[in-house]
Amino acid sequence: MTTKTVSLKIDGHDISVQEGTSILEAAIENGIDIPHLCFLEGLTKTGACRLCLVELKGQAKLFASCSTPVSDGMEVITDSVKLKEYRKKTIQLLLSERTHVCSVCVANKNCELQALADKLGVDHVAYEREWTGEKVDSSHPFLVIDRNRCILCTRCVRVCDEVEGVHALDLKLRGKDSQIIVDFDDSWANSTSCTSCRKCAKVCPVGAIYVEGEPLSQTKDRNIANFVLSRRKK
Amino acid sequence: MSSKRLNFCWGVKKLKPADIIHLAETELDAHRSYKYRINVCCSSGCIPFGALKVLKAFEEAVKEFGVQKECKVARTGCIGTCSVGPAVMVEPGDYLYQSVTPEKARQIVRDHVVLGLPVKEMLYGNKAYFEKQHRLVMKNAGKIDPYRIEDYIAAGGYSALVKCLLRMSPKEVIDEVWLSGLRGRGGAGFKTGQKWTFVARAHRSPKYIVANLDEGDPGVFANRTLAEADPHAIIEGMLIAAYATEANKGYIYIRAEYPLAVETLKKALDRARAMNLVGQNILETNFSFDIELRLGAGAFVAGEETAILASVEGNRANPRPRPPYPAASGLWKSPTLIDNVETLANIPQIISHGGLWFSKIGSPTCTGTKCFSLTGKVKNPGLIEIPMGITLREVIFDIGGGPPDNKKFKAVLVGGPSGGCLPETMLDLPIDYESLTKAGAIMGSGGIVVIDEDSCMVDTAKFFIDFCVDESCGKCTPCRVGLHKIQETYTRIMDGEGKPEDLDFLRSISSYIQDASLCGLGQTAPNPVLTTLRYFGKEYNEHIVDKKCVAGKCSFKHQVKEDEL
Amino acid sequence: MLKEDNRKLMLEKAIKDHQYQASALLEILHKAQELYGYLNREILSFVASSLKLPPSHVYGVAAFYNYFRLKQPGEHVVTTCMGTACYVKGAEDIISAVEKEFNVKRGDSTADGKLSIFTTRCIGACAMAPSIVIDDEVVGKATKEIVIEKIKLLLGGKKTETS
Repeated sequence: MTTKTVSLKIDGHDISVQEGTSILEAAIENGIDIPHLCFLEGLTKTGACRLCLVELKGQAKLFASCSTPVSDGMEVITDSVKLKEYRKKTIQLLLSERTHVCSVCVANKNCELQALADKLGVDHVAYEREWTGEKVDSSHPFLVIDRNRCILCTRCVRVCDEVEGVHALDLKLRGKDSQIIVDFDDSWANSTSCTSCRKCAKVCPVGAIYVEGEPLSQTKDRNIANFVLSRRKK
Repeated sequence: MSSKRLNFCWGVKKLKPADIIHLAETELDAHRSYKYRINVCCSSGCIPFGALKVLKAFEEAVKEFGVQKECKVARTGCIGTCSVGPAVMVEPGDYLYQSVTPEKARQIVRDHVVLGLPVKEMLYGNKAYFEKQHRLVMKNAGKIDPYRIEDYIAAGGYSALVKCLLRMSPKEVIDEVWLSGLRGRGGAGFKTGQKWTFVARAHRSPKYIVANLDEGDPGVFANRTLAEADPHAIIEGMLIAAYATEANKGYIYIRAEYPLAVETLKKALDRARAMNLVGQNILETNFSFDIELRLGAGAFVAGEETAILASVEGNRANPRPRPPYPAASGLWKSPTLIDNVETLANIPQIISHGGLWFSKIGSPTCTGTKCFSLTGKVKNPGLIEIPMGITLREVIFDIGGGPPDNKKFKAVLVGGPSGGCLPETMLDLPIDYESLTKAGAIMGSGGIVVIDEDSCMVDTAKFFIDFCVDESCGKCTPCRVGLHKIQETYTRIMDGEGKPEDLDFLRSISSYIQDASLCGLGQTAPNPVLTTLRYFGKEYNEHIVDKKCVAGKCSFKHQVKEDEL
Repeated sequence: MLKEDNRKLMLEKAIKDHQYQASALLEILHKAQELYGYLNREILSFVASSLKLPPSHVYGVAAFYNYFRLKQPGEHVVTTCMGTACYVKGAEDIISAVEKEFNVKRGDSTADGKLSIFTTRCIGACAMAPSIVIDDEVVGKATKEIVIEKIKLLLGGKKTETS
């Protein structure tokens, strides 16, 4: 079976990729950087964080590049003034939503949110910041979840469901009250479905899920989903 | 043959197309044998005020006066005058009685039916309420018994389906819908013919249809009323859509908060199935289509077209990004047509009378009619159906009678919580998708809430933001966090701690949320903020600079404290 | 473990009627709440294992939708409609007065478990706004005096019965 290739322009660069590829994947393949957080290679694309929004020539709306497939003749703009402005806003909103203090965070210097803030030039948070008082669940022998640092990207939920296959994690409630839960909102130690595989900690972009006593630089592995899935196909 | 025995026969026999026409004639004969017909509105609006007792009283009175043979008492859906329920309509002549009690019921039978003298003092006197209305979708509402499929068939029901099955190809059906100019009544106003074409072109099986009855907008009850009054119009519309797009299975997604509508639809589906109108080999043709009900569970966002899919699949109602569009990848990744129930209820008439006929109703770009629930500070709240293109002023003042108690009109909210608040100066705006959008409001699913001088516009805007914060699914950042920041700002302004720069902040974050949010909820949630800022900026300034609320709604609790010191 | 009784049998029947389809989760939860009044851990656990769904998914769905109650409601339930039409016509004043009068916050029950106060987004009786549902009765064109009076009657009536 031959797969069709599609030609498009991203920020003026001519690019050819396989049909069915998303704009973000096409950009990554060709060394063009589009900021993103909830997207992770191998997992379902949810288009939730809205950092990877791009403009398409001839369309008034913005599109999440992670979930929008490429098409022939498409012209993508990834770094307009408006997009830059919106990305800064998104980062600031995420930083203001819960308790994010980099200096006392396990993920300090190993954090995708922090790195993006740095890269996008977010040097202050213009919004009133929340100081959430969620309890930290450290009941599990080595996995810890600190919901005060969670940005609700749901990478952990997806990796647990789609790669490990147990779906021990999900979200409860909705809106700003949403929280990651284990089983029936149990403490992690009492979970009957968790296999303690650590994949959630490996993919967490921030310091919300981590392995106790292990440096995050060692835990984190952005490639885990892709790797496991590609092994499984063999 | 008595009508009872007839019913029994139809229930067992597998109906064929010709039987529908025959049944309609038999039913009409039965209807004609009555001199009077008393329609008692038993919809959710009238039941809390004793409609069922009134119905019973009519049945007893008819017996008492011995006029069973000439007077039929029928349980019907909404007559439209929901503020003076229980409402009762006596035919012929469409005499509408208001606020009927069991005692009054007896009097109506005695005077009107037995003596032939309508009881004038009990009649609904407001002719203007109906004059500017055009009942198309609701033409059967208040006239037929929603529990009797025979009533619907007698009123011409299911003849459009028969026409499709016998004489039209799927493509011809779609062409007719195209020609009608019908646009989605769920809010966005997408051309229905186009949507159907997309689904028809997707050559994959199975294909699904989802009828959207998740009317979550507070203050809107148009779809509920339709389902309670004329459930078969929705079912027939769905069947025709299925025939046109070659779909296999349908779901009606309805709010669990509408128990009567759920029950009515359930019964209607059971009857339709028993009569070979839903299920395998419909009317003994090759066409098969089954319909299931799916209950929502209290989530406004589930009305969004991708969220409704998640909910029908049994998941959290989180929307997902488009593309892929549901027409290509919807329920279980199969091609899916999602239409609002009001859209679907228009279809049988378009097929019966032709697309051209329909296209002449309403305005050229927005054909047909639209049902609205007219509520808030108006003299005559209720369910109305108007031709597209008439003005807001006509709706609020001619039909609604304007605010009661000589209060001054202040604003009208069109389009639900994510609609817009429009001032007096915008009242001559025609009601159509484009004009409303241009003014900062939306058509939404059909809510018009009138606000008078007693309401504070800052407080009103906050009410809608509170709603959207509660109803945000929390998936995307702009809607989840951004709306919360707006909410905090409003709380500060209303507590007396507003700052002049808050207004710029509200404007800039609002346009960010509109542009960057994942789904329609976030994209429209800032509308009340932006429209109140645009049309009622003065009130914001009074709150921020003078710490004053003309309507006296806001507490300014921090300000008061300073005064006390 | 869920107690073996009629309710469980009926729930099992509903699950069977839906052919154990995972997509029927909302329908099953509706049935369970209708039978038990609310959804506790045992019920959710039973539903999860019957439909072969992960516990976190079932809990996540139940906790997403407002209609599902995860806590046992009080003996009497007062639900204030907070739809736009009701809000414009003063629903907030009524519920605040009820909260104050019976010392209970919306979404919660009184200490003795006799009364729960909820708000809902539109019950669709907008033309009769403001509307309040007291147990199963819809009170239209409500005022705080009428509502408080009706609740008092309800609570008082119960008291004499039990004492």
